[in-house]
Amino acid sequence: MAALLSVRDLQARYGDTRVLRGITFEVAEGGITTILGANGAGKTTTLRAVCGMVKTDGEITLAGKRIEGRATESIVRLGVAHVPEGRGTFVQLTVQENLRLGAYARRDPANLNQDIERVCRYFPVLAERRNQVAGTLSGGEQQMLAVARALMLKPKLLLLDEPSLGLAPLVVREIFRIIRTINREEHVSVLLVEQNASLALGLADHAYLMETGTVVMSGPAAELRQNDAIRRAYLGY
Amino acid sequence: MDTLIQQIVSGLATGGIYGSVALALVMIYQATEVVNYAQGEMAMFSTYLAWTLLNAGLPYWVAFFATLAIAFVGGLVLERILIRPVENAPVLTIVIVCIGLLVILNSVAGWVYSYIQKPFPSPFPSKPIQVGNIYFGAHDIGALGVTLVVLACLYVFFRFTTLGLAMRAAAQNPVSSRLCGIRVGWMLAVGWGLAALVGAVAGMMVAPIVFLDPNMMAGILIYAFASATLGGFTSPGGAVLGGLIVGVIENLVGTYVSFIGTELKLTVALAMILIVLVFRPSGLFGRAVVHRV
Repeated sequence: MAALLSVRDLQARYGDTRVLRGITFEVAEGGITTILGANGAGKTTTLRAVCGMVKTDGEITLAGKRIEGRATESIVRLGVAHVPEGRGTFVQLTVQENLRLGAYARRDPANLNQDIERVCRYFPVLAERRNQVAGTLSGGEQQMLAVARALMLKPKLLLLDEPSLGLAPLVVREIFRIIRTINREEHVSVLLVEQNASLALGLADHAYLMETGTVVMSGPAAELRQNDAIRRAYLGY
Repeated sequence: MDTLIQQIVSGLATGGIYGSVALALVMIYQATEVVNYAQGEMAMFSTYLAWTLLNAGLPYWVAFFATLAIAFVGGLVLERILIRPVENAPVLTIVIVCIGLLVILNSVAGWVYSYIQKPFPSPFPSKPIQVGNIYFGAHDIGALGVTLVVLACLYVFFRFTTLGLAMRAAAQNPVSSRLCGIRVGWMLAVGWGLAALVGAVAGMMVAPIVFLDPNMMAGILIYAFASATLGGFTSPGGAVLGGLIVGVIENLVGTYVSFIGTELKLTVALAMILIVLVFRPSGLFGRAVVHRV
């Protein structure tokens, strides 16, 4: 499979602290790739770098186009939807308005209502709460809204930053199930950053393991799941 | 009784003007958490431009709408040139820039147009409108009408258009807005443009009452602060309503409390700011802002 996103020797720093020390990875077209790692490994920074939210050195190529150094707004226009850590909900706006904003960068914003219905099929609870202010949704519902908002862009690449954070296990399983469906039905490639390694490895087809700003291991998800070191350190058995 | 109703209506007319300026302040405050102290002078300058256009022989409403267009573009350009370079600077820096803009606009207006008061025409007839036994100033009623139309247009814009929605989003959550592809910097600039436009309407509506001079908005800006504080700096609707309340109270106190009269009216506004800040700092309709520590 061809790579939709290809990152080479990506480096980033916050002040004097080097957060990414030259990482290289790919996201296959139509695939689900996951980046695993502990707190502070640089996973979130990696996603933010892809979106142009942090200054970086190195090459980032999306569908053959170099995108490093571009403004976040223009990267979004190329079809990259980022569901940030903490969900980035517009808490004072309604669910419907949040979804409308998701389609803001699209060149063909026709059929907005049809699209809202389309994404609400994955998350029926959002259809029920359409006119509710988003800040009144539960954590799980807000995470669903964040994914739904990202889908409104009709993205090529979906970046998910710890969608399991702070949610009940049942809700997390539900969201991961939906992500798989979305990946198949919408032909969206997914780059998933997770601390919950067992869930992420169950979903992804390719995985990278990060430690303090470097990629220390990579391979097909099934292989990494069998790896003894990973099992002990991240899966806990 | 007749005097009371007259005073209330004329209070609503000036209150609408205070409310418009307050709304302009709130629009910028919500997006940037900065109070634009130059808001009044921007309105004053726009009114002088309208005066120039009128003197050039343009019909009133042509000059009116041309002024709105110029004010909008002017506000947008001011944001791009003056505010954008200090966008990420501490709030105090931006406040100083705004105060600098206030002084510059005031001096330039004085230099170009002189400090001598000029009459500014009202588009409404000078003959009072009679309802029953009560007479209302036609300009009062007209100004209130114009203000309400402008506010209704703004409401529709922010509530129902995609650009309006994007501007609200950019004010609330700039990071998420960028991730939706919204050009946040431009949204701020458009906000300044709209605030300048609303201010221009207020200037042109108040100038026939207070006469046109470079300092005409100084008092009105203080009333607008009182309105925004009363209604809540986080509530656009509250700011407008606050303006109407301030206008009516100001008029009634001036009429019925003999020692205040017209001279001490402005003190009433300052007293209201003080009372609101002591007893309900978030205003009548504002949200209390809670910061996590």
